[in-house]
Amino acid sequence: MNESKHEPIIGLEIHMELKTNSKMFCGCRADWFGQEPNTLTCPVCLGLPGALPVPNKKAVEWCVMLGLALGCEIPLFSKFDRKNYFYPDLPKGYQISQYDQPLAVNGWLEIKSPTKTTGDEDTSDGGEATTSTPPRWRDRKRIRIRRVHMEEDTGKLLHAEVDGQKCTLIDFNRSGVPLVEIVTEPDIRSSEEARIFLKKLHQIIRYIGISDADMEKGSMRLEPNISVRELKSAQNTSEVTRLPAGRQGRGSSDGEGIKEDLPNYKVEVKNINSFNFAKKAIDYEISRHIKLLNNNEIPPQETRGWDEKKGITYSQRSKEEAHDYRYFPEPDIPPIRWTESQISQLKSQIPELPDQKVHRFMAEFSLSEYDATILADIQETAKYFENALSITPGVSLGLSRGSRITPKTIANWIINKRADITKTTPEELVKLISQKSQVVQMDEKELEAIIKKVLSANPKAVSDYKSGKEQSLMFLLGQVIRETKGKANAEQVKQKLVQLLKYPGV
Amino acid sequence: MKNSSNNTNSLTDKDVQHVASLAKLALTKDDIKKFQKQLSEIIHFVAKLNELDTQDIEPTSQVTGQENIFRDDVVKKSLTQKEALANTKRKYKGYFVVDAIFD
Ligand SMILES: [Zn+2]
Repeated sequence: MNESKHEPIIGLEIHMELKTNSKMFCGCRADWFGQEPNTLTCPVCLGLPGALPVPNKKAVEWCVMLGLALGCEIPLFSKFDRKNYFYPDLPKGYQISQYDQPLAVNGWLEIKSPTKTTGDEDTSDGGEATTSTPPRWRDRKRIRIRRVHMEEDTGKLLHAEVDGQKCTLIDFNRSGVPLVEIVTEPDIRSSEEARIFLKKLHQIIRYIGISDADMEKGSMRLEPNISVRELKSAQNTSEVTRLPAGRQGRGSSDGEGIKEDLPNYKVEVKNINSFNFAKKAIDYEISRHIKLLNNNEIPPQETRGWDEKKGITYSQRSKEEAHDYRYFPEPDIPPIRWTESQISQLKSQIPELPDQKVHRFMAEFSLSEYDATILADIQETAKYFENALSITPGVSLGLSRGSRITPKTIANWIINKRADITKTTPEELVKLISQKSQVVQMDEKELEAIIKKVLSANPKAVSDYKSGKEQSLMFLLGQVIRETKGKANAEQVKQKLVQLLKYPGV
Repeated sequence: MKNSSNNTNSLTDKDVQHVASLAKLALTKDDIKKFQKQLSEIIHFVAKLNELDTQDIEPTSQVTGQENIFRDDVVKKSLTQKEALANTKRKYKGYFVVDAIFD
């Protein structure tokens, strides 16, 4: 393989079910997973004649919030369209989706690019940041988001054999569940970048709390599109920062955004349900394309499936005709018009997102980027950390003198899993830490006197220790700690004790 | 329809076949001839609209003037499984049944 001469061009389409109570256009329960087949349906989601779909307000708002979290513009006017095709999981013969006026366009998501880092995962003292304005890290790369739109999920098909006949079974419980589609520009240049992007997107979705984004239940599904371009010798990688470009290509609807020198084919891999499979499928495609290109063949434009057992992709029937969806505006659903204040109201409902949190933890608590990133990885962990901090005396005021517990100490305890935070309350954690890190409050002389007193009162234990019985040390330690009435730190008592046992004269 | 010719021309065989396949219809040669003529006539008829001066008319996809019709996210009662399957001939263990789909 001749990687240096080729550059992968990767875009992603992500589908994600929202966790609203009810479906997108009807009042059926949306939580279909594990329910008896066809028990969550009605005339709307069964596509019966005469049924009238009415959009779920919460779903539409959540979609806009996700768009805002991804830095998108929210056009003040939006509408639904019908996407027409025949498939047994689609009872109406069309899917209600959005075509040329989606809810959100032209956003971006910043990722830590694996190709630009220099193995800096552990720069534990990178926490120099003193303001809360996020620094633009040099190893960051923006992946542009072309659009975020709202649609409905389809029914679920099951392949079975009934009375010796192969057939397909349909369950419409999933039909009409709110589905958000996120489409990136082809800005991704490696499978690892794709994986990092997906993880980050997943994290943001979880932070906003609009979807379980549970890959195993299929509530988040991935479709990478891949092509490979041959680099001319003079040309380097396309790492030219192309960030603002998407901003100019306003309303890039379903068009191609900015036309640059992209290959004239692309291969889509459908319905992948894990980040690692997405990575593998992309790698598989990249090397397949390179082989073809090296043979002077252009990989055919097609849709492929992913075989997770064999770890390969396979050609699905050519669907050139199926792509003629004959979109037209959904006549049953009046369009949506937002006011600026509605948009800013929705914006204010977005919680602090992972990146912001990392920056704040670094600035406010002098944590390293590494620590802050781990704490912010899961919202609950971050919340736990801040709860623990808030009840630690002195810390929140930056007065770390009175108590020895710094934000860094608490962070370390959580990160190194020294306590199980699922079972320990923040209060208990703080207590635990202060016990462990208690400072000697008596002076050295006083401690020494106590130790000497204990040693002379327990000659047997002393000689046992000297003849190699380690347990005697613990006994003596216990005696000393009792004498100090818990005022001394166990670790320091131990050090002093051993020292005095070895050099009693000192 | 991207394959269809402009208003001045007629549909080709291929156009008709394409539309038929999108609609999952199997047409005979005679059908194609017949529909080629009929569909072309319809398109010509609709093309008359092009004679109108629409210079100052805002494009719209709906004429009710309604906007922002939503429902609250509240669960309503669904049909029972029995009701949902009541009008299908082929069912199995609570599922609708169709001929095997390969994909
Ligand atoms: Zn329904």
